[in-house]
Amino acid sequence: MADQDREARTAPALELRDGCAVLSGDLLIGTVAALPREPVDARSVDVSGVGRLDTAGAWFVLDLARRTGADSGAISGAGEAQALLLEIVRNSMPDAPPAPAALSSLVDRLADVGRWTHGGCRVAVEMTGFLGQVVAALAGLFVRPGRLRLTSLVHHMQEVGWNAIPIVALMAFLIGVVLAFQGSSQLRQFGAEVFVVELIAIAVLRELGILLTAIIVAGRSGSAFTAAIGSMKMREEIAAMRTLGLDPIQLLVVPRVLALIVMLPILGFIADVSGLVGGAIMSWIELGVSPVVFQSRLVANVDLWQFAVGIIKAPFFALIIGVIGCYEGLKVGGDAESLGRLTSTSVVVAIFMVIVADALFSVFFALVGI
Amino acid sequence: MTAGAGPIIRVRGLAKSFGNHAVHEGLDLDVRRGEIIGIVGGSGTGKSVLLQQIVGLVKPDAGRIEVFDQSVRDTSQADYRALRRRWGVMFQDGALFSSLTVRENVEAPMREQLNLPDGLRETLAGIKVRMVGLSDSAQDKHPSDLSGGMRKRAGLARAIALDPEIVFLDEPTAGLDPIGAAAFDTLIGRLRTALGLTVFMVTHDLDSLHAICDRVAVLAEKKVLTVGTMAEMMDVDHPWVREYFDGPRARAAQAGAGGQGA
Repeated sequence: MADQDREARTAPALELRDGCAVLSGDLLIGTVAALPREPVDARSVDVSGVGRLDTAGAWFVLDLARRTGADSGAISGAGEAQALLLEIVRNSMPDAPPAPAALSSLVDRLADVGRWTHGGCRVAVEMTGFLGQVVAALAGLFVRPGRLRLTSLVHHMQEVGWNAIPIVALMAFLIGVVLAFQGSSQLRQFGAEVFVVELIAIAVLRELGILLTAIIVAGRSGSAFTAAIGSMKMREEIAAMRTLGLDPIQLLVVPRVLALIVMLPILGFIADVSGLVGGAIMSWIELGVSPVVFQSRLVANVDLWQFAVGIIKAPFFALIIGVIGCYEGLKVGGDAESLGRLTSTSVVVAIFMVIVADALFSVFFALVGI
Repeated sequence: MTAGAGPIIRVRGLAKSFGNHAVHEGLDLDVRRGEIIGIVGGSGTGKSVLLQQIVGLVKPDAGRIEVFDQSVRDTSQADYRALRRRWGVMFQDGALFSSLTVRENVEAPMREQLNLPDGLRETLAGIKVRMVGLSDSAQDKHPSDLSGGMRKRAGLARAIALDPEIVFLDEPTAGLDPIGAAAFDTLIGRLRTALGLTVFMVTHDLDSLHAICDRVAVLAEKKVLTVGTMAEMMDVDHPWVREYFDGPRARAAQAGAGGQGA
């Protein structure tokens, strides 16, 4: 305790004298805890011997008076300032000790489950409604292309697309390298090393290239959308826009979502190319499959649909990431904590939904036989 | 309470600039024990910066700041910690910790500085919350659920949590409705008398200045232009001071204070 700064203090004491509880010494926040709090049999409280008194001390005196059953008039010997302090604290005393929280019964828990379910359904409905608004706003652009904020769109395309190229390309390159390395060591057991080309091509083009790109973009741009829109919401910029007759969806959400829809297929394409390059280099080093052989097997044995399946998914993933990122941003409340919480929620939900959508696409493409 | 003869806060030759822009140059100020001093000045005259320098949040470029006859700057960490315990600061918007409830906010300094039993700490925090005029229902709310005025009150409750000797208030009544502001003034006045507080208050509220400030310090031209009672301010021959204390709003505030018999 950093008490050495205070001038020497007298330890407080409590004694009984003719049915009167006599207090002495300094009653301060650091010292009252040491005083006994068991019931005392006294009818009045004398504080004339008290030196310094602070709020905590005043509380102790009043609490003592209450515990002895004496009413507040039974406190005697207070100086002028002490009396005022006692008066102020008396008006601020808690009415009664708070009741302990009741244990939650089975019914309460059942009610909680109901509340969660209801909350979950409401979020799903809200998000669907928001998706509808965004799609309507996007469709509205065909009717009135002039409403598109071109500067904002280009800015976001640079943010989410151009600036993400290095990380996406590096990630896909390394995935290609890993696939080639792991694939070759497995396929070598069957003497089928050369099929590593198909392995890499199908895995990267069809699934991994676009899925991992979407995950990186969700972490990079989805969180940025939530944070940017959320902090605007916190500073009431969104409310200001509405009062000026500006539509936040048109102004903030549409350019971001549209930028993602345009840029994610391009990023996916870059990821495909650099994944194949990584795979080709590793195949060459590890298996001696020359780039020429790699290329000819790729062209001969891998259907163009493998590539198309990956790229077709990209705009849908972009829509999911953009809508969730913006939706969570608009949900931010007045405090900084909700901003942080919703930013991480936005990333987690976006990645999860991207994977769910990917699974649905797999089912769909299996059904149509691609 | 040690009735020290010297000032409780002594600022000498303070200088501070941000980039090329000098905020303070050779600023001197004395604050007496037990008084409520109001710091006024136009926007950008460094009122809040002065407050932040005194409590050690901002480092002055030159000059000396003493609180309780101890320098705020050239002290060891332990001394500064001990010093810090003897004052409380209320920031402009309360600056409450957003992840804690109001009561937990008030408990925070107690938890940090003292080793109190949980029940006692909660009771004392509850008293502080009620002392500043917040209802029991506000105790368990988070700052984001409170109005601006309630946040200020909660900020004051946290500032006085440890019964400090000096309370620094940054614009305590700004943004409050007139009734709320007047109640806040009364509250500060009552707490001053009861707890023997010294109050250092940055304010623009002319009603506050009239109602509770013992002295007023005017910041202008990078220093403390003048210090004195409100009555003395009327005689100061400086364009800004005259404009400020003798403008239409000032006269209304003065009439209001006179009408209350304050």
